[in-house]
Amino acid sequence: MSTATADHHDHDDHHGPAPGLMRWVYTTNHKDIGTLYLLFALVMFFIGGGMALIIRAELFQPGLQIVDPLFFNSMTTMHALVMIFGVVMPAFVGLANWMIPMMIGGPDMALPRLNNWSFWIMPFAFAVLLSTLFMEGGGPAGGWTLYAPLSLQGGDNLAFVIFAIHFMGISSVMGSINIVATIFNMRAPGMTLMKMPLFVWTWLITAYLLIAVIPVLAGAVTMLLTDRYFDTSFFSAAGGGDPVMFQHIFWFFGHPEVYILILPAFGIISSIIPTFARKPLFGYASMVYATASIAFLSFIVWAHHMFTVGMPLAGEMFFMFATMMISVPTGVKVFNWIATMWRGSMTFETPMLFAIGFLVMFTIGGLSGLMLAITPADIQYHDTYFVVAHFHYVLVPGAIYSIMAATYYWIPKWTGNMYDEKWGKIHFWVSTVFLNVLFFPMHFVGLAGMPRRIPDYSMQFADWNAVATIGAFGFGFSQLIFVYVVYKCIKGGEKATTEVWEGADGLEWTVPSPAPYHTFETPPAIR
Amino acid sequence: MSSPSSYYIPHEAKWPIVGSIALFVFFMGFASFLNGGGWIAMALGAALLIYMMVMWFGDVIRESESGMYSKQVDVSFRMAMMWFIFSEVMFFAAFFGALFYARQFSGPWLSGAGEGGAAATNAVLWSGWDYAWPNNGPAELGGEYNKMSWFPLPIMNTMILLASGVTVTIAHHAIKEDNRQKMVKWLLATVALGFLFVACQAFEYYEAYAHLNLKMGTGIYGSTFFMLTGFHGFHVTMGAIILLFVMLRGRKGHFSATNHFAFEAAAWYWHFVDVVWLGLFIFVYIL
Repeated sequence: MSTATADHHDHDDHHGPAPGLMRWVYTTNHKDIGTLYLLFALVMFFIGGGMALIIRAELFQPGLQIVDPLFFNSMTTMHALVMIFGVVMPAFVGLANWMIPMMIGGPDMALPRLNNWSFWIMPFAFAVLLSTLFMEGGGPAGGWTLYAPLSLQGGDNLAFVIFAIHFMGISSVMGSINIVATIFNMRAPGMTLMKMPLFVWTWLITAYLLIAVIPVLAGAVTMLLTDRYFDTSFFSAAGGGDPVMFQHIFWFFGHPEVYILILPAFGIISSIIPTFARKPLFGYASMVYATASIAFLSFIVWAHHMFTVGMPLAGEMFFMFATMMISVPTGVKVFNWIATMWRGSMTFETPMLFAIGFLVMFTIGGLSGLMLAITPADIQYHDTYFVVAHFHYVLVPGAIYSIMAATYYWIPKWTGNMYDEKWGKIHFWVSTVFLNVLFFPMHFVGLAGMPRRIPDYSMQFADWNAVATIGAFGFGFSQLIFVYVVYKCIKGGEKATTEVWEGADGLEWTVPSPAPYHTFETPPAIR
Repeated sequence: MSSPSSYYIPHEAKWPIVGSIALFVFFMGFASFLNGGGWIAMALGAALLIYMMVMWFGDVIRESESGMYSKQVDVSFRMAMMWFIFSEVMFFAAFFGALFYARQFSGPWLSGAGEGGAAATNAVLWSGWDYAWPNNGPAELGGEYNKMSWFPLPIMNTMILLASGVTVTIAHHAIKEDNRQKMVKWLLATVALGFLFVACQAFEYYEAYAHLNLKMGTGIYGSTFFMLTGFHGFHVTMGAIILLFVMLRGRKGHFSATNHFAFEAAAWYWHFVDVVWLGLFIFVYIL
């Protein structure tokens, strides 16, 4: 090819961001796209949180007071869909966008235009999903798991919800492919796999989980669509299909999805704890192998969500033991985090507070998970608030706290300004107190038999439900502190140094704060 | 081909937002159509999506032909295509899984086999129903029907696809020897075989609906048959269109012995639909 044309198109890479609003629409810059993902997740966090507050307001007292039951059901359904697909996943992708190229010493993501599309699908996909709330017959109300035949019996929303899932799935698969290609192809010379920060490792494995299971979800909901609109009988026993088959296919996606929502969190915590303990991470290699083991095991435990639906005894035993096996690599991780802190010179800045909060409360959620893994016990706990308490303990002080920790940890690098430490700490303590007021009582009412996803309940559950609702509003409104701290940090504040944190290690702390628009156009030297 | 030293990062991407709007219009339109609305929005969305792809791919082709992509960029493309195909494999795995589950578990359970409540379910709900494959369920949804035989159309289609795998490989060797004319010729054969396959498949569907009373609504057999072969047929159509464009680009003088990733990606995709078909032929038609 003629080099003349090549030179003409070749860009010098020293330009900054384009002026005007269209910068954000057309951008191919990993930092811009990371910011867009994070802001999108923040907006959706308040939408999903608003839905949670409607649920908790209705449950403040027994009886039906505020919303009608159908709307209540669509709130539980939408709250889950929004929080999983609209908050935790995009927030992690946003962090991956911002941090992975900097952590591996690459110039940008491997496929920048695809990266732009992965983000710009999200607002449109959620417009499709949220539009169902304004349709005749309301939004989806059969639970986020969309179990057939219940989901097939709802209103017109089903087709919209299914296409919204396809739509988000396209974004997730493209985003994951991009991350895999970036990690394998964009590392600076000398950045061997076993030198990569754990956040990069955990995201690599998460990306594989996504590529493997999102298409399975797409297949499952496609079968729902054809069962509803094209006469097929995948999930109808009359036609030789089986409604339980939907659950198997769904949870074959759904269980790895659980780890999609937590593995990047493990990577974040593994970055933060060494910094504030001022010691290298204990057992780096074992962390990598533990992450890979968790990912592998996540494919063979799905039916522990289905112990009560009917399964051969051998199946129940297999899924029980396979599930309990996950506690081994997870235990390795918790042990390593604690060992990292052992005799460290610890300080407790906000990211570290959130990391330690993660460690303690995620472990509570992990232990209640072990209780749920025991088949005979689960037959008691199934579909009670105990399950709700369990997964909220792993998702809120787990996934969400890790995202908060990551934001406080890296925001000085993003904005060039230190955040307000005092208000950050207040945010942590207020959130942590209210969070436990909100979710801990759910263990009690759950063990006592309160069913989940029902707008009304028996009188004996009234006190703890009132307490939980107070916690919910406290937790929800205390997130406004987070918005305030982030806003203030973007606007200004004490200038951040290049290292930002005294004990921090990694390539992202070798570039100035704020990180230049283009970092590592020439690969850095790796020790 | 000289390779630029730095990794190519485009300044801005104009087409993704168009793609998002197109998909939004398409999905909203399709969902409305399924609920009894018109088809115009759906068609508009699809048209806009195709326009977006033409323009986006056009940009990429121009950049590639002017030598802006380094070896490293090429590796990114290869990885992306590889893992995209893997995601497609997982998509088909969901439908194969449904087929195996219906045949190994839910069918026998419905007829009373297995532990637990299966015998009672059979006795109370579907008394006297015996499992056999194929079946349209204990309620015999869709009425009397005939099974789709593996002979003659499906075995012919197997031969056609296997032959197309050979022709595409010959074309690949041709471009590696810089023999453009030979490449175009054998690609033409591949595309023709691809569309011949789709035509045979369409005729098979016609046969199923017109003479065998085999429909989407023919219980689990009809469901798995049409969904598996239908999604496969859709992928063959896509693959043939992709190969057609690769051929047209070849005629225009694109590709060289060392730089023809679009060709290779299309060939990978073609082999993928080929392998899926072999799975289909064994598990849907023969066994």
